[in-house]
Amino acid sequence: MTDIHHIVRVASVTKTFQMGRNVLQALKGISLEINTGDYISIMGPSGSGKSTLFNMIGGLDKPSSGKVFIDEVDIAQLDAYELAWLRCRKIGYIFQTFNLIHVMTALENVTLPMTFAGMNNDAAMEKGIKLLEMVGLGDRFRHKPSELSGGQQQRVAVARSLANDPAIILADEPTGNLDLSTGEEIIALLKRLSEETGVTIISATHDFKMLNVSDQVIWIRDGLVEKIENREDLSISVGGIGGREAVH
Amino acid sequence: MDSTHTPTGRPPAHRLVVLPFRKSLEIAYQSLKVRFFRSLITTASLVLAVSFLSFVNVGNDIANGFLATGDPERRQSLIQAGYDLGETDTRVEENPKQRWLVILSLMVCVVGIVNAQLMAVTERFREIGTMKCLGALDRFVLRLFLLEAGMQGIVGAAVGAAGGAVFAFANGLLRFGAATFQAAPWPEVLASVAAATAAGCLLSLVGVLYPALVAAKMAPVEAMRVEQ
Ligand SMILES: Nc1ncnc2c1ncn2[C@@H]1O[C@H](COP(=O)(O)OP(=O)(O)O)[C@@H](O)[C@H]1O
Ligand SMILES: [Mg+2]
Repeated sequence: MTDIHHIVRVASVTKTFQMGRNVLQALKGISLEINTGDYISIMGPSGSGKSTLFNMIGGLDKPSSGKVFIDEVDIAQLDAYELAWLRCRKIGYIFQTFNLIHVMTALENVTLPMTFAGMNNDAAMEKGIKLLEMVGLGDRFRHKPSELSGGQQQRVAVARSLANDPAIILADEPTGNLDLSTGEEIIALLKRLSEETGVTIISATHDFKMLNVSDQVIWIRDGLVEKIENREDLSISVGGIGGREAVH
Repeated sequence: MDSTHTPTGRPPAHRLVVLPFRKSLEIAYQSLKVRFFRSLITTASLVLAVSFLSFVNVGNDIANGFLATGDPERRQSLIQAGYDLGETDTRVEENPKQRWLVILSLMVCVVGIVNAQLMAVTERFREIGTMKCLGALDRFVLRLFLLEAGMQGIVGAAVGAAGGAVFAFANGLLRFGAATFQAAPWPEVLASVAAATAAGCLLSLVGVLYPALVAAKMAPVEAMRVEQ
């Protein structure tokens, strides 16, 4: 074990996909250490392996080789029950496509992870309403996802990700399906939450709007870490990068 | 959950995600309600097959009621109505052709249910994957699908069985007149309706078993797929 406690540690992770005869190596040996409470952006062009890495860190898929540690626990060692517990309590997920359960209301979506965690109904409702108020949807908790705009659905998803006070929020392209200003709102919301709750946020994105709020940016290209920039270094390069935003 | 793991500083795992039965029922019911039209289609073949089963059995019950009166005229009208009655027979039984038709219709119905439920599972891949990301265990997913199918089964089969009985009586009325109601052996009719309902429930559960297993085994990464 290292001296410093890292909330997430990725050690030489590779991931190979077999598609018939073709072999595709999506991750070619990634090592990372992420400090508790940081706001991390994983940046890279489409197809660079961000989502694949996201799935590894989130315990949603297994690396072909290498190890992922959450809170210094090797998640490959966890059985199905412990893995479910990890997903339920330690990690909150935010998806590009929001992934609300559309037969449930906003509030029910937010309370579902609390139910899984064993919280009783009244406490879950109360906390769910509080979380929805926190993301600015205090008056919408009886709405179904189909009655909400994309930005509002993503707010519900953010509230849901916080349901069990996770240590980490993993967001894969959280602004990918949103327009510019709605995307900015979600980024601001995530930043505020990271400051208020101290939760570690790891967000895979190719949205350069994320750069301003990140404590650290991990640049990924072709399944490899290209460079890691901390906040201090960033302010220098951000100006130059801002101009590239139009490409996307 | 044994203690063979090596990770450092982790307390022994009594950490189990849960989904209380009441909550499962609530979710399953809600899911059916919201997808009412689809549930209706899934259940339609069950309703039809069960009503056929119930129609045949209740029809035979009614015929047996007539036979039990010992009235030779009634016996004659039964034979005219197409019942295969030998000189010495005192009961009508399901004849082989009827039995074959009933079995065939029930089999078609199960295949229909499997088909409809597989489609439902495919439509719900993202939802199931998301639930797994939120911590759901395989068996929560399995339970939700079985509960939904059970509820569809009870309602669909009860409606089908009652409908079949109504048709059998309507048929009796047309052929034999109001005497149908006097001659009908009510306990046996009720038993036939109950048996048809139970059979329908069972078929609904049998039909969902494989699709539900597919759903339960699904990997949580499915929730991530952007296309669809
Ligand atoms: N399940 C999979 N099967 C086969 N190839 C995959 C699969 N998932 C991702 N890939 C491939 O891995 C590479 C990285 O994909 P991904 O991690 O989704 O990139 P990003 O999220 O950065 O756009 C891509 O070339 C993609 O086609
Ligand atoms: Mg991606």
